[in-house]
Amino acid sequence: MKQHYFNHALIFREDICIGCSHCMTACPTEAIRVKNGKAKLIDERCVDCGECYRVCPVGAITVDQNSLEEISNYEYPIALVPSVFSGQFPDNITHTEIIQSFYELGFSEVYEVEHSVDFVVEEYEKYLQKDHARPFISTFCPSVVRLIQVKFPTLIPNLLLLKAPLDYTALYARKKLLDQGVEPEKIGVFYITPCAAKIVAINSPVGEERSAINGALNMDYMFNKSFRIIKNGISSKNNTSKKPLSKQSICWSLTTGESSIFSNIRSLAIDEISNVLEFLEKVENDELDGIDFLELRACDESCAGGILCQGNRFLTAEKLRKRATYCETVEHKNKPKKEKEFFEMIDYLREHSEVQPIPARPIMKLDDNVVDAMNKMKRMYEVNKVLPQVDCGICGTPSCQSFAEDIVQGRAGIKQCVFVQRILEQNEKLLAGDSANIMKDIWGHKKLNKNSLRDELKDII
Amino acid sequence: MMEFRFEINGGDFSNAGMISSLVKKTLKQLNIDGMIIRRTVVALYEAEVNVVAHAYSGVVNVNIFPDKIKIKLTDKGTGIADIDLAMQQGYSTASPAVREMGFGAGMGLPNIKNNTDELNLESTVGVGTTLEFTNFFEPK
Repeated sequence: MKQHYFNHALIFREDICIGCSHCMTACPTEAIRVKNGKAKLIDERCVDCGECYRVCPVGAITVDQNSLEEISNYEYPIALVPSVFSGQFPDNITHTEIIQSFYELGFSEVYEVEHSVDFVVEEYEKYLQKDHARPFISTFCPSVVRLIQVKFPTLIPNLLLLKAPLDYTALYARKKLLDQGVEPEKIGVFYITPCAAKIVAINSPVGEERSAINGALNMDYMFNKSFRIIKNGISSKNNTSKKPLSKQSICWSLTTGESSIFSNIRSLAIDEISNVLEFLEKVENDELDGIDFLELRACDESCAGGILCQGNRFLTAEKLRKRATYCETVEHKNKPKKEKEFFEMIDYLREHSEVQPIPARPIMKLDDNVVDAMNKMKRMYEVNKVLPQVDCGICGTPSCQSFAEDIVQGRAGIKQCVFVQRILEQNEKLLAGDSANIMKDIWGHKKLNKNSLRDELKDII
Repeated sequence: MMEFRFEINGGDFSNAGMISSLVKKTLKQLNIDGMIIRRTVVALYEAEVNVVAHAYSGVVNVNIFPDKIKIKLTDKGTGIADIDLAMQQGYSTASPAVREMGFGAGMGLPNIKNNTDELNLESTVGVGTTLEFTNFFEPK
């Protein structure tokens, strides 16, 4: 297999793709081109945010996942269910039923991912005391980390190098079984993921050597599985009496989940990838004054808006906040607030959760060598003067700017521009047949077949 | 060598930072070291805000060489009476209106100095100020 910069969970299905270019226009890092009538991903530019997945009208972009059958490879399959999962269900289905359905699906243990949040919060508080580039930028959202790697490498020193609650809960769940004498290879930890970025973080983690998680199952797929079981009636009764989550734990993956916790510092929460992009520009210019902590999430409404969440993101967030208030006022009465067990395991968790430095993967450079890069840039300015700045995308690239860059990098030819074609045709430097062939190379033969208009539309042409 | 020229309108705080962002993008495309980009952009942003806050209008000339970036800001404005004093941290002549917008903490010039390799400042009271600074791409 080809060695890639990044491993991606988003798969572009050429057999389904109709070459409409919606994904190309939506991509925040201009990672998609259209060639031969199909969308093509430039691996090193992709940050796994899934904006392409959202806009694809035919479902040609799918998310790679493990199959549920794989859990039977393990004697102790563990499900890690994030709190946004229960937010997908109608009000009349209880949280207990949802957790119970996972036991019926064959899991031997079920944990909510956010069980470790109270522990993580203390780790954060310690980390925030460090002498460190400010503002601290949370690494909770893997897409944001990748966005910083490719577009804002100067902000890498600002990244808060701590693992997410998911990793701690996975370590904890694993360790509990290991302590009972279970052999490591018999334990399979599966995460029910709301997004593609988390899958990539599991399969090819950034800043850690290997993940404590064996596989990921897509949330929409597991919603169907779980919903069906609940509808047919839960039969068995497993012990689901895990401690109720604290308010901050339930709300962690929602917008302000992290930023609202640290009251002694100034913090800010921003969600949705174009908002994040806009804001990171400001951070890089050092335009912020006195902000200590930034919570940045690629999806609108954070994980409630994950691409694999089938429920409406606003309703999911509301349900979670309601549950959080309920837990705080009812279930936590007379009960200790903190997950004591995590703190008892603190040395083990710390030892196994060291985060390696995060490397830069700059995508903006035109060349490694400054002089060559300057020459390319000058050429780009020249090319840009000819381009119409319409950003129509007919050339198969998302904008005139990116087209100019593709030209100087030798990835595209200027005759791919329809405006340039018309100019050349007027000067008799290009034949209509030639421009049709150029278009066919971009959009495929089907869309430009010369016979396709003959009969059906005789009256209007 | 590459040359860019930008104009700044005095009092136009909402557009302060636009030139820094453009220069930043260019330096990223040229594969300049991240820390050098950051220093340059921080200095340029401060200088931009200075012109917006203290001058009627200004011109920014950016020259990029294979080994360095040279930026010159020439403004028409009040000028600086005591350059040594202006270079001190915490000293500011910004008006209350400017301070209300969150600028004018007296960090501008010292911050520019901290983030540049060479700095030259000339000013005539009542006429204007010329600020010129250079950052080298390879640490000297």
